[in-house]
Amino acid sequence: MIWFTLLLVVLVLAALWASMTTTLLRSTLGLALASALLSVVMFSMGATLAAVMELSVCAGLISVVLVSVASLTRPRSIQEELASRRSRLRRIWPLPLVLIAAGVALSFVHAPVDIVLHLPKGDGDVRTVLWSLRQLDLFGQILILLAGALGVLVLFRKEAKDDD
Amino acid sequence: MSDLLLLVPFVAVVLLYLLPKRARTAGLWIAFGILALETAAAFIDRFATIDFGLLAPLGKLLGFHLATDGLSELVILCTGLVGMAALLVARRTLEDENEKFLFANLVLVAVVGINGIAMVRDLFSLYVFVEVTAVATFILIAAGRGDHVFEGAWKYIFLSVVASVLMLTSLGFFLLSTGGITLDAARTGLAANAPLAWIAMALFLCGLFVKGAMVPFHGWLADAYTAAPAPVSVFMAGIVTKASGIFALMRIAQSTLGGATPGREILLVVGAVTIVVGAFLSLTQTNFKRMLAYSSISQMGYIVLALGGDLRLGILAAGLHFFNHAISKSQLFANAAAIEKQLGTLDMDEMGGLGARMPVTAGTSAVASLSIAGLPPLAGFWSKLLIVLALWNAKEYAFAAVAILASLVTLAYFLSLQRRVFFGKPLEKWAGAREASVGLLVPAVALALITIALGVGFPFALKILMGGGA
Repeated sequence: MIWFTLLLVVLVLAALWASMTTTLLRSTLGLALASALLSVVMFSMGATLAAVMELSVCAGLISVVLVSVASLTRPRSIQEELASRRSRLRRIWPLPLVLIAAGVALSFVHAPVDIVLHLPKGDGDVRTVLWSLRQLDLFGQILILLAGALGVLVLFRKEAKDDD
Repeated sequence: MSDLLLLVPFVAVVLLYLLPKRARTAGLWIAFGILALETAAAFIDRFATIDFGLLAPLGKLLGFHLATDGLSELVILCTGLVGMAALLVARRTLEDENEKFLFANLVLVAVVGINGIAMVRDLFSLYVFVEVTAVATFILIAAGRGDHVFEGAWKYIFLSVVASVLMLTSLGFFLLSTGGITLDAARTGLAANAPLAWIAMALFLCGLFVKGAMVPFHGWLADAYTAAPAPVSVFMAGIVTKASGIFALMRIAQSTLGGATPGREILLVVGAVTIVVGAFLSLTQTNFKRMLAYSSISQMGYIVLALGGDLRLGILAAGLHFFNHAISKSQLFANAAAIEKQLGTLDMDEMGGLGARMPVTAGTSAVASLSIAGLPPLAGFWSKLLIVLALWNAKEYAFAAVAILASLVTLAYFLSLQRRVFFGKPLEKWAGAREASVGLLVPAVALALITIALGVGFPFALKILMGGGA
């Protein structure tokens, strides 16, 4: 239980770091960490399929975020950076409080309906889920990463050309 | 065979990077060859059983759960044809060899995504391959030049993310209500009238409406098509938007909704509104590519409207209009590329009388325009006729009337386009304008010939389609 709570706390902190940092690389790392921890939470709750999907979606999402932000933004000056950080902190500081309050409130709420989650075949063993049930999705995610790499190649080259 | 349609383009992208730099000029032609094979594969699966010898075990190695049917073959055929046209346009419009090489690579990645969409039978896998296509397409748009690239690329990726959120939420609900995310599991949940399954389906449909630019989620399409470089517009308008949004809707209508009332009504209303709004927005445009973009929205509305009609005839009509529109619209975007290359502008108010100076471009664009407007004996006439019949058989008379009346608006905006660009007195400023190079005319002529041949030989094509149970 202590490990579980600790995992959740680190997950929330990683998610907050991802939203509050002003550096693209740190934000991406925060997102990756939050996603990985969420997958671990799901594994530990026995939802292997959901955990694999979370990992799978996040791998794609991170490449999309990296490529799109890299191509659609320009580097800021130090003054702009500082001003942005101040305004971001002003806007986002209530977020952790809202998250904690929502978590506490939800822990007292009992769902009115008795939802039965039908576990798919092979659930429980991550290898089975990854290599036997979802290998096509894995292939798809490899493709998204490949497209992301091509994107970095294309868009950074274009940026260099524009700068010339 | 099915697995090879994913593996061959993927392996080709990796191998292309192993080529020495000076040999990369061949990249475009290698991609062209792969797409030619893909076009042939659409026929091979249906008409013959071929032993691929050593290649067969390669496909079976990973054991992907794929299945092909008439609808998959339709998408595979369109992808091959449109992809080849886009590569030919790229050869004449992109500036340096490196740009062409990267374009070929990204097209191949997008092709794997589209082939995946065509052959999967699972909603999560469908989502994954839609994302593959979206990421490759986003990069293709963002790689363009000009002031509007940022807006076009940003709108495309932002609304793609919104669609992804809707689709993923829907998958969670499907897992909760049915315990599975296959198309069969979704159908079982809907047949049992489970409320959560219907909520899930509504969310998934909304995600696909965004991807397919259905009204009111159409805001991204015109900016993306206009901002994209010429060959990217050809590829996007021809197949990307249709496969990511519209084909996925066709698959769900065929395999999951199965003519169920709430789903059918949603498709009818969204389809009809999209046809009308897209058509009237087209009428007001002055930019050649932007008018084509709004026209695409309207025509994709026809495909969705057909899905709300009589199930079997509706799927056939939707499939045929899917093919016709893929061919004619990519051809019109190839025409736009030729005009932009020769004049340096796409503003129709600055054009006029180009028919005499660019007769092949004018002639082919007239064929595509009249086909999309539904004039006999061109291919578009037959698909629109089938759409109206599918609606009539389902006793949806009001929607059939909308389909017919909106065709008149389609004819009006295409006649306006022809008049403003190709007819009238030639303007002095374009006195030196000449027909585009052969390299740009080949895809336009080839696609126009397909439109004419399918229109004239439609009875034979229909016999084949009905025989295959498309």
